[in-house]
Amino acid sequence: MDDSQGESRWADAALIASLIAIDPVRLGGVCLRAGHGAARDSWLALLRATLPVDAPFRRVPLHIATDRLLGGLDLTATLSAGRPVAQRGLLAESDGGFVVLPMAERFTQSTLAHITAALDTGEIVVESNGLAFRAATHFGVIALDEGISDEECARGELLDRLAFLLDFSGLRVPQAAITPMSARTTAEVRLRLPSVDVDAEIREALCATAMKLGIASIRASIMALRVACVLAAIGGRSRVDENDAATAARLVLATRATQLPEIQSSDEPSEKETEQDPERPDPLVEKPQDEEKSNDDPAEGTDDLPEDMILAAALAAIPKGLLAQLRIEKSRESRARSDGRAGALRQSLLRGRPAGVRRGEPRAGVRLNLIETLRAAAPWQPVRRAASSGRDARPIEIRREDFHVTRYKQRTQTTTIFIIDASGSSALNRLAEAKGTVELLLADCYVRRDQVAVIAFRGHTAELLLPPTRSLVRAKRDLAGMPGGSGTPLATAIDAGIALAEQVRRAGQTPILVLLTDGQANVALDGSGGRERGHADALSASRRLRGALLSTLLIDTSARAQPQAAQLATEMNARYLLLPYADAATFSSAIKNSLPSARS
Amino acid sequence: MPQPFPFSAIVGQEEMKLALLIAAVDPSIGGVMVFGDRGTGKSTAVRALAALLPPMDAVVGCVYHCDPKATDNWCEDCRARAASVALKSHRVAVPVVDLPLGATEDRVVGALDFERALSQGIKAFEPGLLARAHRGFLYVDEVNLLEDHLVDLLIDVAASGENLVEREGLSVRHPARFVLIGSGNPEEGELRPQLLDRFGLSVEVKTPTDLSSRVEVVRRRDDFERDRAAFVAHWKKEDDRVRRRITMARAQLSAIEVPDAAIERAAQLCMSLGTDGLRGELTLIRAARVLASLDREHVVSDKHLRRVAPSALRHRMRRDPLDDAGSSARVERALVQLFGA
Repeated sequence: MDDSQGESRWADAALIASLIAIDPVRLGGVCLRAGHGAARDSWLALLRATLPVDAPFRRVPLHIATDRLLGGLDLTATLSAGRPVAQRGLLAESDGGFVVLPMAERFTQSTLAHITAALDTGEIVVESNGLAFRAATHFGVIALDEGISDEECARGELLDRLAFLLDFSGLRVPQAAITPMSARTTAEVRLRLPSVDVDAEIREALCATAMKLGIASIRASIMALRVACVLAAIGGRSRVDENDAATAARLVLATRATQLPEIQSSDEPSEKETEQDPERPDPLVEKPQDEEKSNDDPAEGTDDLPEDMILAAALAAIPKGLLAQLRIEKSRESRARSDGRAGALRQSLLRGRPAGVRRGEPRAGVRLNLIETLRAAAPWQPVRRAASSGRDARPIEIRREDFHVTRYKQRTQTTTIFIIDASGSSALNRLAEAKGTVELLLADCYVRRDQVAVIAFRGHTAELLLPPTRSLVRAKRDLAGMPGGSGTPLATAIDAGIALAEQVRRAGQTPILVLLTDGQANVALDGSGGRERGHADALSASRRLRGALLSTLLIDTSARAQPQAAQLATEMNARYLLLPYADAATFSSAIKNSLPSARS
Repeated sequence: MPQPFPFSAIVGQEEMKLALLIAAVDPSIGGVMVFGDRGTGKSTAVRALAALLPPMDAVVGCVYHCDPKATDNWCEDCRARAASVALKSHRVAVPVVDLPLGATEDRVVGALDFERALSQGIKAFEPGLLARAHRGFLYVDEVNLLEDHLVDLLIDVAASGENLVEREGLSVRHPARFVLIGSGNPEEGELRPQLLDRFGLSVEVKTPTDLSSRVEVVRRRDDFERDRAAFVAHWKKEDDRVRRRITMARAQLSAIEVPDAAIERAAQLCMSLGTDGLRGELTLIRAARVLASLDREHVVSDKHLRRVAPSALRHRMRRDPLDDAGSSARVERALVQLFGA
C-alpha cells in the first residue's frame, strides 16, 4: 500500500466520522472492518471528538441479555415497591448517541433483530415478564467487524441499514494527525441539514448508479442520497451538487458493488465541468425507461453528466484487485447472509433460544427465571405471612417450590461438506453418478434442514464451489455446471475441507465431510505433478484430517475397488464406501445408514 | 407513535397491497404471510394499513373490545354484564398489534396480574397481546425468528379463535380472532410448514428492478422524511378512496355470486398443482370473491381467480427442494395451461 492511497483512505474515514456524527440516526452507522489495533482506536477517538461530550457511546457486549438490551424489570425497585418497576435498557440509554458492537460478525441473529427493529422504528417495544412499555430512542450503530475471511462478516440485515462499510485492512495510522470536526461545527451543520434540497436529477443519478453496480437493496440509494445532503450541509450549500453526489456514491455505493457496469467509450467524466440545469428536472424523470439505451447513445452523453460523474466516482473507489473478484463472486452477498451467525449455536445450557419456563431449581447451568418465580410466589403471600407472623417478616416469602427456571433449546446444525473429485480420472469413471448421488443426499439434507457446502477439485486447485448454505437449489445448480477433467490435487482438497470444517465448527455447527474420489492423486500440495508425491501428500493430509477429529465418509468412485482410496480412508479414519454399480437411490440409502450421527 | 407512511404512497408491490386489502375486507381469509428481500417495505405496508382501516363498534369497558352485535362471540365478562345492564357501544380504531421479537409467553397470552398479586394478594388476570389483537391484526415481523413455542401458541389460537390460559392457578378463556400478518425473509431462516399453511395468503415482494420505480421509492421516502404532515396530507385523498373501497367491499361481499363454473375452475387448478387438502380451494374461492367485491363486480370470474391464485396457492404446494423454478413459477405455468396465456 503506498502512502498516498493510505492518506486518501484516511481522509475518507475521517469524513465518514464527521458525516455519521452529524446525522447518526438517518445514516444508521458504520461497519468498521478492522482488527483490534491502533487504526481502529484512532478512528473511534476521532469520532468521539466530533460528538458532543454528553452523547452516549455505549458498548454492547456480545452476549447481552435481552432484558438489558431492551429494558426490563428493575428488580430492587420492584421488590421494594411491591409493583413492577421498569428499567431502561442499553438501547434506550443510547438515545442521541451511538451503540458500539464489538465483534459484530459474531452477534446472534436475535440480538441484531432487536437492534435493527429499534433502528427502523425509532423506538423500543417491550412486552415481557409482566411489563409492557415503549421508549423512543434514536441512535447510530458502530459495528466493529473483526472477521478475517470473506465468509466471516457481519450479518446482511445489519449492514443493509448502515450507510458506510469501512475496511481498514492494511491501513496504518497516518503520520499527520487529523483534526476532527469540532462538536460545535457538528451542531451547526445539524441545524442546516433539514433545509438542504435535492434535484430530481441527482436523485435519479444515485439510483441509476446503485443499479449499475448491482446493488439490490433500495436502502443503499436512500442512504447515498442522505449522505449527499449532509455533505451539502457541511459545505454550506442549500442544494446538493454533483460533487456531493459523487462523494456520496464513492462512500456509500462503491463498497456495496456486486457487479461492474459495462464501461462505455472514452469519456473522461472528470473533464466535464458543465453546469447542470436545475430548472428542468421533469424531462429527466421521464427518461429512466430507456436508461440502458441512452448509455450507448453518445448524443445523450452530455445530459447524463451527473450520473456519469457519480458512477465514475463510485467506480474509482473500487479497488483494482476487487474488480476481478467481483466478477467471479456474484454470490458474495448471499454468503454474508448465510454466515456470521456464529455463536448462536454453541453448546451450553445457558444459551440458545429460550424455550419456555418450567418449575425447577436453579442448579449449575440452569438460569433462574425470577419473574416467574415471583409470580408463582405472589398468590401465597398472605398465607405465608400469616404462617410466619411475628418472626422475621420479609417483604416477600419465597419457597423452594416457587422456583422457575428458563429452558433453552439448542439447535445444533449439521453442515455437510461435499468434496468432489472432478479430475480427469474421476470424470472418466463416475463423475455423473457422483453428481447424482450428491443430489440425492441434498434432498436428504433438506429434510433434516442441514446446510451443505461443496468443494470441487481438479487441475491444481480445490475451489469452494458453494459456501455453507441451505439453498439446495443453488447447490444443485452449481453442481450441474461443474466441469470435469485435468489433474487430481487430492491433498489440497482435503486441506481445504479441513479448513472449511474448522470454520463451520467455530460457528457452533457440526461439520460432516463427504469425500467423493477415486483416490488417484497425481498433483502434490505445491502444485507439481506426479503420482508418487501426490499420493504421499494426500496421505499426510488424510492424517491431518484424522487429527481434526471430523466425521468423514469416503466414497470411492473408481470402477472397481482400488487400494489407494481404501488406504486414504483408513488414514483419515473415515468410513469407506465403494460406489457400486447400483442406481443412485440405493446408494443414497447406504450413505444415510452410514451416517448415524448426522443429527447430533 | 409517529405518523406512518401512507398506504397509497407505497410504490408498486401490488400483490402485497391486494392481499392486505383482501384480509382487511374478509378476516376469515386467514392471515397474510409476506416474504421478501430487505428494504422492500413489508413493515411499512402493514403499518400503513393500520392507519387506513375504518373504525369499528365495540362494547364500552370491555378489554377485548367485543362486537356489540356478535353476542355469540362475547367474552365472559360481557355476557355477565349483559344479563344485568344494557351494554353501551362506541367506535374504536381497529387494533393492529405488533408482536415484538423477544416477547414472552406471559405477555402474549396474558398472565396473573403481577402488581395486584404482590401488593394485594389478589388473583387477577392481566390480558396479553392476543386480547388486544382481538378483531384486529396481529403483526409479527420476522416471523421466522419467533421462538418455537410462541409459534405453536399462535397457530393454536389463530385456528380456534379463542385464547385459553391455564397458568398460575388461573383458568381464563377469551375470544381472540385476529388476522395474523407475518413478514420474513426466507433467507434468514425457514418457516415451519404447519405455520405456513395457516396463512390464507402468501405474497412475495421483490425490490423493484426498473429505475423509474426505484427513483420513485427514493423520492417519496425523501419527501416523507422532509415533511411528514404535508406528505400524509397529500396522500390523504387517495387513502380515503382505499378506505371507502374496503367499506363498500365488506358491505357487498355476501351478495357476490360464485358460479359453479368458477368453483370447478378452482378445483381444476388445485388438482393440477397438487395442493394438499381443501384449504387451498376454499381460500382461492374466498379471495376471488373478495376481489370481485373490491372491484365492484357481482360475479366471480376467471380473471379474479387468476389474480389471487398465486397468493392463495404458492405456499401450499408440496415443495420439491430441487426444483429450480420456485413455486410462483409453477403456479404461473398451471394458470397459463388452464386459462390460456
